[in-house]
Amino acid sequence: MSKKLVYPALSVLAAAALALTGCAPSDSRSTPSAAATPAVTTPESTAAPAAPGLAVSQPWVKTAESGMTGAFGVIKNTSDTDITVTGASTPAARMVELHETVPGSNGAMQMQAKPGGFVIPAGGELKLEPGANHLMLMGLTGPITAGADVRFTLALAGGGSFEFAAVAKDFSGANENYVEEGGAGMQHGQPTGAAGSATPSAPSPTSK
Amino acid sequence: MAADQQPAGPSAGTEGPGAPRKLPRRGLLFGGAAAGLGALAAAGAHLAGAGSQPSGDPAPSEAGESIHGSGVVPFHGDRQAGITTAPQAHGVFVALDLRPGTTRAQVRALLRLLSDDAANLCAGQPALADTEAELARVPARLTVTFGVGPGLVAAVAPALAPGWLKPLPAFSIDRLQPGFSDGDLLLQICADDPLTVAHAQRMLLKDSRSFATVRWVQTGFRRSYGSEKPGTTMRNLFGQVDGTSNPAPGSTDEERVVWGGGEIPAWTGNGTSVVIRRIAMNLDKWDELDRVGREESVGRRLASGAPLTGTQEHDEPDFAAVSKLGFPVISDVSHLRRARPEDRSQRIFRRGYNYDAAPGAGGVSDSGLIFVSYQSDVGKQFTPIQRRLDEMDMLNQWTTPVGSAVFAIPPGCREGGFVGDVLFT
Repeated sequence: MSKKLVYPALSVLAAAALALTGCAPSDSRSTPSAAATPAVTTPESTAAPAAPGLAVSQPWVKTAESGMTGAFGVIKNTSDTDITVTGASTPAARMVELHETVPGSNGAMQMQAKPGGFVIPAGGELKLEPGANHLMLMGLTGPITAGADVRFTLALAGGGSFEFAAVAKDFSGANENYVEEGGAGMQHGQPTGAAGSATPSAPSPTSK
Repeated sequence: MAADQQPAGPSAGTEGPGAPRKLPRRGLLFGGAAAGLGALAAAGAHLAGAGSQPSGDPAPSEAGESIHGSGVVPFHGDRQAGITTAPQAHGVFVALDLRPGTTRAQVRALLRLLSDDAANLCAGQPALADTEAELARVPARLTVTFGVGPGLVAAVAPALAPGWLKPLPAFSIDRLQPGFSDGDLLLQICADDPLTVAHAQRMLLKDSRSFATVRWVQTGFRRSYGSEKPGTTMRNLFGQVDGTSNPAPGSTDEERVVWGGGEIPAWTGNGTSVVIRRIAMNLDKWDELDRVGREESVGRRLASGAPLTGTQEHDEPDFAAVSKLGFPVISDVSHLRRARPEDRSQRIFRRGYNYDAAPGAGGVSDSGLIFVSYQSDVGKQFTPIQRRLDEMDMLNQWTTPVGSAVFAIPPGCREGGFVGDVLFT
């Protein structure tokens, strides 16, 4: 790993609340992005041929003016074989990484690109939520505004893919900050001018 | 595996939110509060088997063991819920103003987001990106009813605007405050639990922020759920039975009054309208009135709500009846007499709530009624009644309208749709 994606352990209670509840009501409830928008060309039904056995529920992405942001939801593997998500992409960002959280050597939780991608066990599900596993969008190609539908394509081991749309929601949490050496940081969602050189492309991640 | 069983990490709570700390290397920092060892537990739980909840998660059963917290009123349907739904104990009315320059597409996005939130919350499920998911687990008959004001309709579908969708005519008794009047979008949020109402309000307003600002909020209450037999007509803070003349639930009268028919069609199929007026009630002045005077002002008995010529609440008043001295038993200037139309098409369906706000300096009360009236056509049904009351109503001595707003109520929506879609077809 050429970079560490770190966030400090701030509040175990806060994290516990997220862990217990998630953001995912029952899978049967369709979301507006999946069901209601003609512009959405690839809801789960049309993606099925490319990725039999995957279904997304409660997909959403945090709004941001520029820079970086996160996408969340629950991806279910309804098949009887494990499925590995090896990458993700979206027209809304130049780069998407699969992020996981792991304990760091200093005791703080660290966020990092998931080596080898996410394995979704047969019959299991992958929860993507703030403060935990998520899709990290970097280098937004434009503002992601509330209510917008953002298309994602998951690349699967074996060459398949799975597409879905996530609705953009204003969200005050999931504050991914990019911190440069020396400490000057940029919070996503703020005008890029506010942080000078810490542009979304600055990290130049090499882990992909 | 419950995350709260994890011991607190050595660095837990040592750093405030949004305070990025210096890192030895380049990295991406989660500065938010949603971090800690609990997140690790969460990460493990994410890969649990199909359909499994982390064991020990009490959320789904929280309302299941309650008396009535699990009650659900379906959000989806031909008509919006929260109108002919038996009134819940708590209600909040929020009027939003669209931000200047809001586009048609943005209004559509707003309505989609809010409808999705409402659908989830009314089902007792967290909204998408709900940060207080536990609060959503007790729906307590939550309903969210959307109304669209003149400005919103003019912006997105001017051709569909019904003629009555505008502020009411000025009435001489009105002392309207802009802070309780008008608005582009109405959220009527009702439930039998005030925490449920507050959470829904919070969630809906979070998703409104990019599009609109809050113009006014009016919070109201009735008797708690279960305090009285269901169907009991509410009492206002004057102690009066308030709303007796409503058409009976499920009746053809109710159908016609609220949803239109015959000579008064609905502005759109399964749509209706709402008038919300904040009526300040001067409790201190009311205190000066004895019981006989109180009953005379309304024309009804305080104990039963019966007209002064009857014994039961729903007895028909006899306006011809006179006392031994020859005076009408029900005064010609009583509220009951003045509000009662000769033209039976002038009827409304009331669904109000009491309010009891913090008193102003030197006072002991700021109380009143959030008057809420549903009818198919404001101009044909509501306004004539209000005109008569404006001209003469004994009750006007103790009541003052301080807020007034009119909204068109769009039809309901199907699962995956959104309320207000009729404006975009």
